[in-house]
Amino acid sequence: MNIGRQFKEGLVTNNPVLVQLLGMCSTMAITTSFFNGLGMGLSVLIILTLSNIIISAIRKIVPDKIRIAMFIVVIACFVTCVDLSLQAFVPDLSKALGVFLPLIVVNCIILGRAEAFCYKNGVLASAFDGIFQGLGYTVVLLVMSVIREFLGSGAFGGGVFNGGKGFQIFPEQFGAKILTMPVGGFLCLACLIAAMQWALTKTKNKKEESKS
Amino acid sequence: MSVTSLLSISLGAILVNNFIFSQFLGCCPFLGVSKKLDTAVGMGVAVTFVMGLASAITWLVNQYILIRFNLLYMQTVVFILVIAALVQFIEMFLQKSMPTLYTALGIYLPLITTNCAVLGVALLNIQSNYNFIESVVYGITGGLGFLLAIVLFASVRERNVFAECPKCFEGFPIALITAGLMALSFMGFSGLSAWG
Repeated sequence: MNIGRQFKEGLVTNNPVLVQLLGMCSTMAITTSFFNGLGMGLSVLIILTLSNIIISAIRKIVPDKIRIAMFIVVIACFVTCVDLSLQAFVPDLSKALGVFLPLIVVNCIILGRAEAFCYKNGVLASAFDGIFQGLGYTVVLLVMSVIREFLGSGAFGGGVFNGGKGFQIFPEQFGAKILTMPVGGFLCLACLIAAMQWALTKTKNKKEESKS
Repeated sequence: MSVTSLLSISLGAILVNNFIFSQFLGCCPFLGVSKKLDTAVGMGVAVTFVMGLASAITWLVNQYILIRFNLLYMQTVVFILVIAALVQFIEMFLQKSMPTLYTALGIYLPLITTNCAVLGVALLNIQSNYNFIESVVYGITGGLGFLLAIVLFASVRERNVFAECPKCFEGFPIALITAGLMALSFMGFSGLSAWG
């Protein structure tokens, strides 16, 4: 088990959103403000880690044929826990994320990691996988929400910093409103994935050059 | 409930609040199985079918089981189980009675369980307090909106293959940009919401 490699995979080389292309819906939908991005990222991080641990712990006793159904039940239980806790303790966030909070159940990242990683690996490795993949997801959400919030409405960190008001960097009427709309989600994610592909091919070429 | 309200629900679900372009529900299959037009049509039809049935059944389950026994906190778990069972059931039913349709839909049926549009429509029905008929109409027309979006997108994408684009945008990013531009054009329908 190699924690360093897992860390690098989760955040860069095998990033759940930018490289594996999983969990697009929530990534594009809720990244309209820093607060939402952070909340969603952390919720997924927690659910992913817990469900990874449980799934890899029960992997030997679950019959092969009904494993997907079992995964879904485990994930749904944790999603319900997080959903109810957010409703109780952070009602603003729960309202802002709306239907996307219960929809974490069908977020492909969690089911995908369960099937691709936890079903084959031990509890500890799966726990680290959950943490790092969750971190990778959170980082992408944060980057996207910072870009969209800054260019779209000229603000930074609304709901988190400066007593919940955020910092207004340039007046709101100069912002590119389109970035805070659904279109902005598609365009912003496309540019991020393209940047990732560019960076990955560049490092690959460099490696090959140094080898030869 | 009147015909007008049903009409405005369906118009909203198909055009104004299209599941993909304005609510981001069901993006994974939308981007995943839209490389060819005929598979896109298959997926769209399957989703429409399941969304209609799922909204009917989850509404009944919610009304007569969850509310009655005060189990609302189990909503997410119960709904996803109902949908998974429903998809499995439809698959078995089609395999026995309509083998041609079954082979046509083939691999897309099991994928629908994890389509967030299906669970999404079930949850949205409850959130917006629709009655039974409104829920079913919303489910079916939401599915039709998905079908429209995926068919349009697949036909654009088939041409995209022949166009040149910057190297790093090849494949997925350019598809996302295409989807973004289509979302932009669907924003033109937003004025319709004033009507009805």
